[in-house]
Amino acid sequence: MVRSKFFVSLISSLGIIALSVAWMPVPDAAAADPNTFNRLMKPPSKRNPPPTQDGIHDPGSIGTQGLQTPREAFKPLPPAQSGNYVDWVKAFDAKKIQPRFDSKDPKAKPVIMDLTIVRQVKGSMPDVIFPHKQHTEWLDCSNCHPVPFVPQKGANQMSMASIMLGESCGVCHGKVAFPVADCRRCHTETKGKATKTSAKAAAKPAKSKKK
Amino acid sequence: MALTLCKRITVLVLTIVCLVLLTHNASHAEYGDVVMNKYSDDSGIRPVVFPHWFHRVRFRCKVCHADLGFKFKAGGNDINMLKIIDGEYCGACHNGDIAWSVENCDLCHSGKPKTPTQVHESTLQKLIRPAGAPK
Ligand code: HEC
Ligand code: HEC
Ligand code: HEC
Ligand code: HEC
Ligand code: HEC
Ligand code: HEC
Repeated sequence: MVRSKFFVSLISSLGIIALSVAWMPVPDAAAADPNTFNRLMKPPSKRNPPPTQDGIHDPGSIGTQGLQTPREAFKPLPPAQSGNYVDWVKAFDAKKIQPRFDSKDPKAKPVIMDLTIVRQVKGSMPDVIFPHKQHTEWLDCSNCHPVPFVPQKGANQMSMASIMLGESCGVCHGKVAFPVADCRRCHTETKGKATKTSAKAAAKPAKSKKK
Repeated sequence: MALTLCKRITVLVLTIVCLVLLTHNASHAEYGDVVMNKYSDDSGIRPVVFPHWFHRVRFRCKVCHADLGFKFKAGGNDINMLKIIDGEYCGACHNGDIAWSVENCDLCHSGKPKTPTQVHESTLQKLIRPAGAPK
């Protein structure tokens, strides 16, 4: 009698250990070996982990185990270099995802505004092109106008420092939309080309910035 | 006799396992996951984890951030269960019609207790803790 109870509890505690080992993140090699290859960067094997291993979900909750693993959802989607490691613009354009524009009506369509704004950049970095098209696919005018941007070309102060602190473009880029690490997705217009093709557009922001 | 010893061992093992799980909190959260914990800890329930990636596969930002009035700020919205069952915020969809209903507490309240309200893997977070470094 006592013995069988002993075995039951032994087996259940073994089971619990096995489960918790399965839930645990792959042991951090960094903790043991000071000279691991990547010290500060998150290696590819740790990207888009299952909720049970991501450090913010409670692995002990039944709910956590019911959630989808990002890695699996992202398999059919075009990759990117940072953020979710998914190129959401390409995924959207190729219709790999079809996010609803209305919570109830799957057929509702947005009004797309195809207006690009060139922002001249100090120094060697290519100029920034802000495309209204990709933004109005996802967002409403009221998400950006009048906060954080006055709808007037050149009327807004922008800098890389403020973006990294979560202002201006950084309200979304660096939090949900592709992060600051993808420099070339914003800094697209090479300098020479900008002065030839959009000198007028670029001259205006420089002027109004002074006042 | 054997049973009490066994119980003690089990308790010991469980304590160790819990400690290991609790202290091993290297965060590799998915980009854009928002932990919401204005009221949860105080109410004795796990904090809420909102996955942006999952919802943006299904909805444009505009649906939540314009139509439903979610402000662009983790913790910037005063969300509670009463509002949710009355169809506001998460409750506009998690109503058994567009998405599964509120009785699935654990699917939303799945965060580690004591995790503060914040948006994970943000650039700002990484300026403090560089380039996705394991914590
Ligand atoms: C993601 C943010 C965002 C969204 C969404 C957005 N805009 Fe803009 N808009 C901007 C930025 C940035 C500028 C440039 C401001 C500057 O140069 O200082 C701008 C500029 C403008 C301008 C001024 C153009 C000019 O030549 O002076 C107008 C008009 C405008 N937007 C209208 C709209 C309308 C209408 C919508 C909705 C269909 C919209 N915007 C959606 C960010 C946005
Ligand atoms: C309100 C949120 C928001 C703001 C503010 C915002 N963006 Fe975006 N932006 C998005 C989203 C969402 C996308 C879609 C791609 C994604 O999520 O990664 C996007 C896409 C883009 C793209 C298209 C990239 C491509 O591959 O075609 C560019 C370029 C861009 N943003 C530049 C900017 C710049 C420059 C600013 C500041 C002037 C800015 N954005 C401000 C949300 C925003
Ligand atoms: C979300 C879009 C976006 C991304 C991503 C981005 N930038 Fe910028 N960058 C801007 C904008 C907008 C400005 C300000 C342009 C202006 O003055 O009107 C700017 C300005 C700059 C400047 C000029 C100095 C300043 O602060 O005005 C430098 C240098 C720069 N960026 C470097 C980078 C580097 C390096 C990266 C990649 C790590 C990067 N940027 C990624 C949008 C972006
Ligand atoms: C669709 C997602 C969702 C579901 C399902 C859900 N909640 Fe919540 N709940 C939230 C959010 C979001 C908050 C606000 C979190 C915060 O800031 O702490 C919240 C807050 C709470 C709070 C604290 C605030 C208050 O209203 O008292 C309690 C307690 C709570 N939930 C209990 C429950 C219980 C019990 C269930 C299941 C019957 C449940 N929740 C299901 C999203 C959800
Ligand atoms: C299903 C609803 C939903 C959708 C769709 C959605 N969001 Fe959110 N968003 C939220 C919620 C919920 C929060 C957290 C609010 C809180 O904590 O009170 C949030 C917070 C944010 C924040 C604030 C983060 C911070 O700085 O604290 C940003 C930025 C954001 N969302 C951008 C976006 C962008 C860009 C898109 C589209 C690609 C998007 N969201 C789509 C629900 C949504
Ligand atoms: C615009 C509609 C909408 C809103 C608002 C919304 N959700 Fe959802 N959510 C969905 C849909 C649709 C699903 C998928 C449901 C299904 O699989 O049946 C979902 C699924 C989820 C999941 C499960 C993800 C998985 O891995 O399967 C979680 C967690 C969740 N929502 C949390 C929240 C929280 C927390 C809020 C409020 C802060 C919220 N949602 C607001 C539509 C919404």
